[in-house]
Amino acid sequence: MILRKNPIEESVLFTSLENIADALRNNSIVNSIRENPVTEYVVNWGRAGAIWPMTFGLACCAIEMIAAGCSRFDTDRFGIVFRPSPRQSDVMVVAGTMTKKIAPAVKRLYDQMPEPRWVIAQGGCASAGGPYNTYSVVQGTDLVVPVDVYIPGCPPRPEALMFGFLQLMEKIRSENPAMLTQRKITYK
Amino acid sequence: MTPVDKAHILVNKIQDNFRHDVISTVVFRGEVTHIIEKNALKAVCNFLKDDNDLRMNCLVDVAGVDYSPSSPRFEVVYHLYSISKKHRLRLKVKVGEGEGVPSVTGIWSGADWPEREAYDMFGIVFEGHPNLKRIYMPEEWEGHPLRKDYPLRGYKDRYNPYGVEKE
Ligand code: SF4
Repeated sequence: MILRKNPIEESVLFTSLENIADALRNNSIVNSIRENPVTEYVVNWGRAGAIWPMTFGLACCAIEMIAAGCSRFDTDRFGIVFRPSPRQSDVMVVAGTMTKKIAPAVKRLYDQMPEPRWVIAQGGCASAGGPYNTYSVVQGTDLVVPVDVYIPGCPPRPEALMFGFLQLMEKIRSENPAMLTQRKITYK
Repeated sequence: MTPVDKAHILVNKIQDNFRHDVISTVVFRGEVTHIIEKNALKAVCNFLKDDNDLRMNCLVDVAGVDYSPSSPRFEVVYHLYSISKKHRLRLKVKVGEGEGVPSVTGIWSGADWPEREAYDMFGIVFEGHPNLKRIYMPEEWEGHPLRKDYPLRGYKDRYNPYGVEKE
C-alpha cells in the first residue's frame, strides 16, 4: 500500500470541528473504509442494537409506551433505553394524539435530534388522526415529520410497539450508513 | 333536612329576594335551576355565597352553550355546590351574540379558567375577567370551535387536508 500524505495531519492541531469534518469527508482512506461492506455491517449492527428513543408521550398511547419500557416487557433487553433529551436520541416515538397546538413543538424536537434519526408513529392517532377527524387534530404524523414505522392499534399493545422497534431494526440494517455523506447532505 | 326541604330553600330564597330577576325556575328530580337576568348575575352570586342557608362556596363549573339559530344565541351555565350544606344549584344566563357577561371571578376565583374556556370555545366575553385569553387553542387560532357554525372537521390547513375550504 502506498503511503499517501494524510490530509488530516494539518488539521489536527486546529481550528474547528467543521474543518475536521471536511478533512474526513474528502479523505480517500476514510472513504474506502466507509464503503467497505464489513464497516457497513458493523455500523448498522451498532445502530440497530442501541436505538435510544426520546421520552415523549402525547396521549393514551404513551401509557402503553411506558408499559413497554417497564419490567414486564422491558425494551432495555433490545438496547432500547429511553433518553430524556432529543440530543441523545435516535428515534422519536410519536405516542398519541398530535394536536395542531403541539405540532410545532414536535417538529422542533425532531429538528433537535442528531442524524441519523427515525420516527415511529404509534397508534391510530399518530398514524392518521385516528378517531379524531376534527378541527384540532393533526391528521397523521407524516404531515409534520417523516415517519419510518407505523403501528396500528388504539392503543397498540406493548408487544406491537416492540414489533415496531424490531421492524425499525430491520430497516436500519438494510440502510447504507454513509448515505448522507455520499449524497453530500450537510448542515451547511 | 330532606331533599324536598333543600329544594324548597334553594327555590324560595332566590325567588323571594330577586323577584324581578328570576326569569324562570325548573326543579327536576331535586335539581334546581334558575334562569336569571344577566344584569342581576353578580348580585345573585354574591347572595348565594354569603347567605347563611345557602353558603355556595364552591363553583363547580362554568359552561357555555350555543343555541343557534335561536335568539339570544348563547347561554352560560353555572354549577354551584355548597361544601358545608351539601347542596347543588344551577344558574343559567342568556347572552346574545356580541354581548358580554359579568365575570364572577371576583366572587369565586375558581371561575378564572372555566370562563376562559367558555371564551375560547364560544367567544363569550366575560367582562371584568382579569386575564381573558384562550386556554385550549393556540393563541393565534381564529374562530371559536364549539360554535354551531364552525365546521366539525375544521378548516383546511397543512395539518388537516380533510377540513373545509375557507372562503
Ligand atoms: S390511538 Fe387510541 S390509544 Fe392511541 S392516542 Fe389515539 S385514541 Fe389514544
